[in-house]
Amino acid sequence: MYNDRVVKEFSNPQNVGEMPDANAVGTVGNATCGDIMKIYMKINENDIIEDVSFQTFGCAAAIATSSVATSMIKGKTVNEALKLTNKQVIDELGGLPPQKLHCSVLAEEAIKAAINDYLTNYKNSKK
Amino acid sequence: MEKKIYFDHSATTPVDKEVLEEMLPYFTEKFGNANSMHMFGQEGAYAVDTARRKIASLLGVAVNEIYFTSGGTEGDNWALKGSAEAFKDRGNKIIISSIEHAAMISTAKQLEKEGFEVVYLPVTDKGLVKEEYLEKVIDNKTILVSVMLANNEIGTIQPIKNLAKIAHEHGALFHTDAVQAMGSIPVNIKDLDVDMLTFSAHKFYGPKGIGVLYIRNGVKPEKLIAGGHQERTMRGGTTNVPSVIGMAKALEIAIRDMDKNYQYVKSLRDEFVRLVESKIPYIVYNGDREKRLPQNANFSFEFIEGESILLRLDLAGIACSSGSACSSGSLEPSHVLLATGLPIEKAHGSIRFSFGKHNTMDEVIYAADKLTEIVSVLRQMSPLFKEIKGETKNV
Repeated sequence: MYNDRVVKEFSNPQNVGEMPDANAVGTVGNATCGDIMKIYMKINENDIIEDVSFQTFGCAAAIATSSVATSMIKGKTVNEALKLTNKQVIDELGGLPPQKLHCSVLAEEAIKAAINDYLTNYKNSKK
Repeated sequence: MEKKIYFDHSATTPVDKEVLEEMLPYFTEKFGNANSMHMFGQEGAYAVDTARRKIASLLGVAVNEIYFTSGGTEGDNWALKGSAEAFKDRGNKIIISSIEHAAMISTAKQLEKEGFEVVYLPVTDKGLVKEEYLEKVIDNKTILVSVMLANNEIGTIQPIKNLAKIAHEHGALFHTDAVQAMGSIPVNIKDLDVDMLTFSAHKFYGPKGIGVLYIRNGVKPEKLIAGGHQERTMRGGTTNVPSVIGMAKALEIAIRDMDKNYQYVKSLRDEFVRLVESKIPYIVYNGDREKRLPQNANFSFEFIEGESILLRLDLAGIACSSGSACSSGSLEPSHVLLATGLPIEKAHGSIRFSFGKHNTMDEVIYAADKLTEIVSVLRQMSPLFKEIKGETKNV
């Protein structure tokens, strides 16, 4: 069902775990639907994502997309991260089964939610 | 991968070598069409007849009550559609349990579109259909009641004899899907007093694509598959001679070795359940502990999703099955678990292990260890786990 790349990413996901000193946290999805993705970021004063991690409740595709999407935005600026699309995540994984495409949307949304959290609750409140 | 452990016997089983050997000549030198007059055909016809007699005798029913089908799905379709069509003058109500196999539920949905009223019986939290549930909804317009003998996901064994009695008191027919039960627990058709019963050979170490619909003499559902004169004109299609022979042999072995295999498989299952319950916190053991198929164990692992567990187990060489929405492509998790009242988020994290006669205790111990490890790793990844362990209960 899954390609080797997805299986590899699922078996050995990158950037897993909570981040106690994150200044950006975004959670999307809900347990009833079977998918929750929570993304943590540490964003510096130059709007660069210095560190990123995730916690995901969901299927193999949800975990693999979390892993890939977080790796893709690490070291990038907030603006670059906001431009990440689910299509890019899917391409990076070499494709997902059709019924799993929503998992990649979830990753894109979680990143946007985290950055939104940073902009509204952290950056702008400091000013 | 160093190990390959198969814990998915409710999905299918390997064909017994003895069974295969009996089948093989009927693919090649004894290839005749059992409907042909000539010696090639008659050789096949004789073998099919012998197999039918063997199956009837093993089940304690009449030879002409055995109808060969392509398997469980066809049997369920035939019993339901055939009864609805044949007895629609009587009324339009059909009663089935809410935890039937998709072969039954999907067929019932088709009949609903044709104007039949289908009532879905509720189940207890253990997956049991209670007699009073049926008594509440059955009436004299009811054509058919169908409740599976044992559930495929959680293994719950239903009080079929009592349910059939209630159906008959109201003049309704009773069918049971015995696909999971046949070969693994004693099934006494006459004692259960059912009018129709479906089973499939590949669940008891026989070949795939062959099964039986038992139809009690005097009961006449419409045919499902029109065609030639096979199965006393009730089911068209060239008889699958090698598979019929394989099924008869597999049933013979299953019944011959039932006591031994029942005890053995149950001991593996019981030990697995004991290990898992002692090693892994926050789990639900779904189904009934007593009224249960010996091969079945079904757990919900809280805070994680079933497909992830399934795939990680597969990568560790352990094959099992998930009632999770994600593995089937639908958005809803198992209708069976939801019918038992299990909350939807727990239903997402459910896994079925089904054991067989070739499994070993070493495999059980290895799998319980691997499962413990995998559940722990996935929980560390889950945003739900820590928060629920801590103060907040909701995310």
